[in-house]
Amino acid sequence: MATRSQATSLIRAAPSKTSTVSSLVTRLVLLALIDAFASWFILSLWMKDSVILAAAIALLALFVNVVVLRSDAYPLRWMLVGLVLMSLFAIYPILYNIYVSTTNYGFGRLLTRAQAIERFEGTMYLPEEGGAYTWTAFISDRGAFAVWLQTSDGQGFLAFPGREIMAVQPGEEGVGELDENGIPLTIEGYERLNRLSVVRYIDQLGDLFLGQGRHVVRISSLDLASELEPLYVYEGARDVLVNRQTGAEYTPVNGAFTSSSGEALTPGFQVSIGLDNFVEFIRSPALQGPLVRIILWNFAFAFLSVAMTFALGLTIAIIFNDRTLRGRKLITTLLLIPYTVPGLITIMVWRGMLNPELGIVNRTLESLIGWAPPWFTDPLWAKAAVLLVNLWLGFPYFMLICSGALQAVPLDIYGAAEVDGANPWQRFWRITLPLLLVAVGPLLVASFVFNFNNFNIIFLFIEGGPPIAGAATQAGHTDILISYVYNLAFAGGRGAQYGLAAAITMVIFVIVAVITVFQFRFTRMWEEVSENV
Amino acid sequence: MSSLGFFQGFRSSRRRQRQLKLVLTYLFAAIMIVFALFPIIWIISASLNPANSLATQSLIPRNASLQNYQLLLTDNDFSAIYPFRRWLFNSVKLAGVTTLFSVSITTAAAYAFSRFRFRQRQNMLRGILLIQVFPSLLVMVAVFLLIQQIGSVIPDLGLNTHNGLVLTYLGGCMGINIWLMKGYFDSIPREIDESAMVDGATHWQIFTRLLLPLMRPIVVVVAVLSFIFVYGDFVVARILLKTTEQYPLTVGLFIFTSGQFSQQWGVFAAGALMGALPIVVLYLLLQDQIIGGLTQGAVKG
Repeated sequence: MATRSQATSLIRAAPSKTSTVSSLVTRLVLLALIDAFASWFILSLWMKDSVILAAAIALLALFVNVVVLRSDAYPLRWMLVGLVLMSLFAIYPILYNIYVSTTNYGFGRLLTRAQAIERFEGTMYLPEEGGAYTWTAFISDRGAFAVWLQTSDGQGFLAFPGREIMAVQPGEEGVGELDENGIPLTIEGYERLNRLSVVRYIDQLGDLFLGQGRHVVRISSLDLASELEPLYVYEGARDVLVNRQTGAEYTPVNGAFTSSSGEALTPGFQVSIGLDNFVEFIRSPALQGPLVRIILWNFAFAFLSVAMTFALGLTIAIIFNDRTLRGRKLITTLLLIPYTVPGLITIMVWRGMLNPELGIVNRTLESLIGWAPPWFTDPLWAKAAVLLVNLWLGFPYFMLICSGALQAVPLDIYGAAEVDGANPWQRFWRITLPLLLVAVGPLLVASFVFNFNNFNIIFLFIEGGPPIAGAATQAGHTDILISYVYNLAFAGGRGAQYGLAAAITMVIFVIVAVITVFQFRFTRMWEEVSENV
Repeated sequence: MSSLGFFQGFRSSRRRQRQLKLVLTYLFAAIMIVFALFPIIWIISASLNPANSLATQSLIPRNASLQNYQLLLTDNDFSAIYPFRRWLFNSVKLAGVTTLFSVSITTAAAYAFSRFRFRQRQNMLRGILLIQVFPSLLVMVAVFLLIQQIGSVIPDLGLNTHNGLVLTYLGGCMGINIWLMKGYFDSIPREIDESAMVDGATHWQIFTRLLLPLMRPIVVVVAVLSFIFVYGDFVVARILLKTTEQYPLTVGLFIFTSGQFSQQWGVFAAGALMGALPIVVLYLLLQDQIIGGLTQGAVKG
């Protein structure tokens, strides 16, 4: 005991030992570099309107500085990289997800308000009057165009698509002598088109956007070209967007600029809508139908998967627990193989084998008994198929665990039970199973949590199908919550609905959290921490 | 006597009883082996079948050939569309790099949790586990947006880059691994550290020279598990990567099976077999160590 406390005090005093001058200098230089990078990163994110992420990075940078500078944070330096990565790629997404769940973020609502206004102000239109030029086209042997623009007072400009329009004198930019109208006779690399030949190219010329940025000129007729003007003007004081062509005014309503007649402009933008996503999740009848089914199936799927894999794994473990059995090692090694092949690959293989028309399982059944289950089209058979494949994937795991646990069951208990006249059946239910469950219980809960969110098998094997008819958003009979969220966010027919997806994700969070706390209650993990201190 | 005489209820002669039990046991073994190995045999046979459709497949292909393997490995026109060798390389690269970093990160962190006493230590340990218990899949929307935003400033870390993907994997690497490793560190007597410290060794020296060699068994387990995890990942890679050139094997192989009219099962099977081989070999070589690592926490109760 004495040495133990001595050791602790030694270790506590240790940080001063490491603070030699050279290591201090190295540390400060490194910190300066990190801070320089962080500052640049934060500023750049800020300019891109990623304000929340910028703030998160700033907090992390502060944390790094504290840990590196304060000597009592020495132990944290050992895990600094891990903590930073975990904060950024695990904790931050969770927090961000909470935030997104209160917005209408989604397809057509991807921009911030400022970005949306900027987008509208960048939209150009061709006014019927004003800003007119006469034009002359030149073509290169590669078919690229250059256009000479002249204002009414005869000043000439050289214009290319996608480059700033230039006021040039002869001799600059390859421009040759001007003719009596002030038009260059030659431009280096280009050939001047006369009035007749230009007709051949008029369609192409009409599609050109000459110039760049705020000054863009388009050819509007055989004679004239005019400068584009912004279609919308945002009046900040009144918070309205005005269409200059029609004069209509648009005010922001629910994340979209909307006219008085109710016409909403796209793109919209994100706004906070509070708990509306959760309310929609609970109330909307269109959502509710499939959702209730999905949640019930989700629990059933997770429970049945665990029960079946555990039962089969345990049966195998018990039967082949007999060490005198010949070929025991070979049998268990062969049975382990499904566990060693990456699950993704075998899921896809099962998908091919159970294919209703062409798969080998169904063709064999057809030829033997003249009937085969419609695995992918019938809701009930689809569920059976998912469970069957999951059984195949999962039983070797429990076979391993159970045969390990069985070795730990003391044999003398059975002797005592036999004396008391217990038959094998009673011995299994009264002794073996309870003892096993103590050891394997936490793994059963962990397996339940894993299967509750087992996206891979649902998505890769059957993509949630067959679809539930009449569902408001894409949903299938074998969809579990996680695959349903995936469709909402990334593949939905109505476009990505990140806000709603994030809200449902929060609901899943709560379910999983409850199960997890339950698991911790029944394992000794928490106590283990305190014992060690 | 067997520990669990399942079939001993029969009141016939002991000898007949034992024979019947043996027959039933082997019958059960045979059924289970067929169930377990059927898909594996199917892959092997499909990979040797030159016809790509499911319809012409039987367990013993009539005109077996290595055509599918040649297509994947040597046909340049084919790999212009489906760069299989690239996918294999990507998978190994992603898994290797992630494993290297994640083992370094978790070992160092576990050392600190085992050997230092500091404020909030217990809460941090619990918190790290809790965060990992929430599957990262749940926050994939947010991860996607995060990587997108980072990529708008630093394109090399953004969407469709392996760097962004590796960082995402690393964000979830602490967690149960730290618990496994800390438990192992705890089992190494502190007297070893103490005597080294009296001799003037720094923490870094104790960690790298003394303890790491002793940690090798658990480091191997954590490394293999993390390699297998990344090698087998589909979801994160599919969400963050866009172009076929960048795909890992899992996402790439999915193309062959998902097209409505362009399913290429023979090619898929050959690719799957080649892709699975490294992992199966890894597993069978390190079987006992991995099982030890998996069951360690569970079976001691």
